[in-house]
Amino acid sequence: MITLSHVTKRYGERDRAFAALEDVSLEVAPGSLTSLLGPSGSGKSTLLRVIAGLEAPDSGTVILDGVDVTGVPPQRRGIGFVFQHYAAFKRLTVRENVAFGLRVRKWPKALIRERVDELLDLVGLTGYRDRYPSQLSGGQRQRMALARALAIEPKVLLLDEPFGALDAKVRADLRAWLRRLHEEVEVTTVLVTHDQEEAMDVSDRIVVLNEGRVEQVGLPRELYDRPANAFVMGFLGPVARLGGRLVRPHDVVVSAEPADGAAEARVERVVHLGFEVRVELRLAGDGGASAQLTRQEAEELGISPGDAVWVSAPTARTVIAG
Amino acid sequence: MTASRLALRFVALGYLAAILVVPVAFILYKTLEPGPAAVWRSITTPAAVHAFWLTIEVAAIAVPLTTLFGMVCALVLARTRVPGRSVLEALIDLPFAVSPVVIGLALFLLYGREGWLGPTLAEAGIQVIFSVPGIVLATVFVCLPFVVREVTPVLREVGDEAEQAATTLGASPWQTFRRITLPAVRWGLAYGVVLATARAIGEFGAVSVVSGKVSGETETLTLLVEKRFTNFDLAGAYAASGLLAAIALATLLAMTLINRKGAVA
Repeated sequence: MITLSHVTKRYGERDRAFAALEDVSLEVAPGSLTSLLGPSGSGKSTLLRVIAGLEAPDSGTVILDGVDVTGVPPQRRGIGFVFQHYAAFKRLTVRENVAFGLRVRKWPKALIRERVDELLDLVGLTGYRDRYPSQLSGGQRQRMALARALAIEPKVLLLDEPFGALDAKVRADLRAWLRRLHEEVEVTTVLVTHDQEEAMDVSDRIVVLNEGRVEQVGLPRELYDRPANAFVMGFLGPVARLGGRLVRPHDVVVSAEPADGAAEARVERVVHLGFEVRVELRLAGDGGASAQLTRQEAEELGISPGDAVWVSAPTARTVIAG
Repeated sequence: MTASRLALRFVALGYLAAILVVPVAFILYKTLEPGPAAVWRSITTPAAVHAFWLTIEVAAIAVPLTTLFGMVCALVLARTRVPGRSVLEALIDLPFAVSPVVIGLALFLLYGREGWLGPTLAEAGIQVIFSVPGIVLATVFVCLPFVVREVTPVLREVGDEAEQAATTLGASPWQTFRRITLPAVRWGLAYGVVLATARAIGEFGAVSVVSGKVSGETETLTLLVEKRFTNFDLAGAYAASGLLAAIALATLLAMTLINRKGAVA
């Protein structure tokens, strides 16, 4: 259980200070996997580092499992931290990397060996234990970093854009793997990401941050279907603006004939994306919007660039006045 | 290999030969010219033996101090954001910018009999100027930038993520320094120590002002070379120079061996 109350952190000189975190209060349920989602500069990494104790907040408190740790150094918080660029100990082997936290805790050698072998088995690096980090791929390094963080049996596991430096395929694999790992270890986990798909994919709950403030907290689906404001709506998925309302492009209905409440628009481009078809539209006096149709719908409509159409969103589940 | 590369290599090696290799080789040749027995006599006079040990003693005190202070300064420069860091950054280079003779004079003004601190220290029974503490002080002063300037860029380059990782894993600041930071900057540190040692052994200007050049008491090897040279004892000057060069070579060799051992471990 992580409880943050009224955490504020500013950087820079007094007159030119910018707030990385502005009065952030948050609860992370025990055993959950929570994502901190936001654009760069939203304060999500700073928040994670405040939980870890790597940054001290200007005001506010951090409580881990009922203990106020605001003034406690990171060494004694019992946290596991995984960095975007692995932070591998280059001169130590995989096994020594994983053993690091146990060695500084002066565990007996035999116990360390046992625990390290167990962890390497968990992350699937048993065959690599005597290699150096430079001999591993990015994905393997990050799994080593995770094993290293888990070795000390942390109360909370903090992941700072852990897949940010990896390519798309490895990212997707590791995401699924992390999900399974979390089910197995059940440690309270907080993951920082700027990738909404990643957040929706792996987490139980998502905290959306923007300019140092919490915009919304909820289940992935809740955030997508009922965003609290235009920012959350825009950050979690594509948005179309129809007659002063924001809707999801897949809720936009395009028809060849005028209908009640429909707005006139001109087709600018029709993009075929496999099963989906994206229709880019120019609305009369209202700027651009895009609609997402199935291939079948698009074929039935038979539209091409330059055609006049009527658009509406009568059944839209997600609507924000904007 | 292209002609331009060959030309480049020729210029680099030619320059080194003209400026460095030929004069040093000539010194060695001149040193050995009178025959080994004469050289041995020349470097085993009481004054020479004392100068040799004094030089070693000064280096043995000044180099560890420079290493310790240099490491601390490098950590401050590369890892903290304290106000006044830029002032420190500029001050570190002062010994490079100011002539060693001026440094010697400054120490003389501060610690001399008429200086600010001299009388107080004299009352406490500590004589700095014209004695060994003064020579050590001057040497520490001129050696100051070597370790800082070698270690700081390496610290900046390796970054602090691994250190933070060690911290979150429960390592104390000292454990993090010893197990993570120090191994990462080992090469830069070793090189800085080699440069500082060479400078400590070879320093002349600052030491010349503060030592008083008392033969058998405050005369280092460089001062002995100069004295013999100005007294037209050329053979003696060459012999002492050869001894200096031998110490420098031994230091370089020792550091290389230590580094190789470290690299294997």
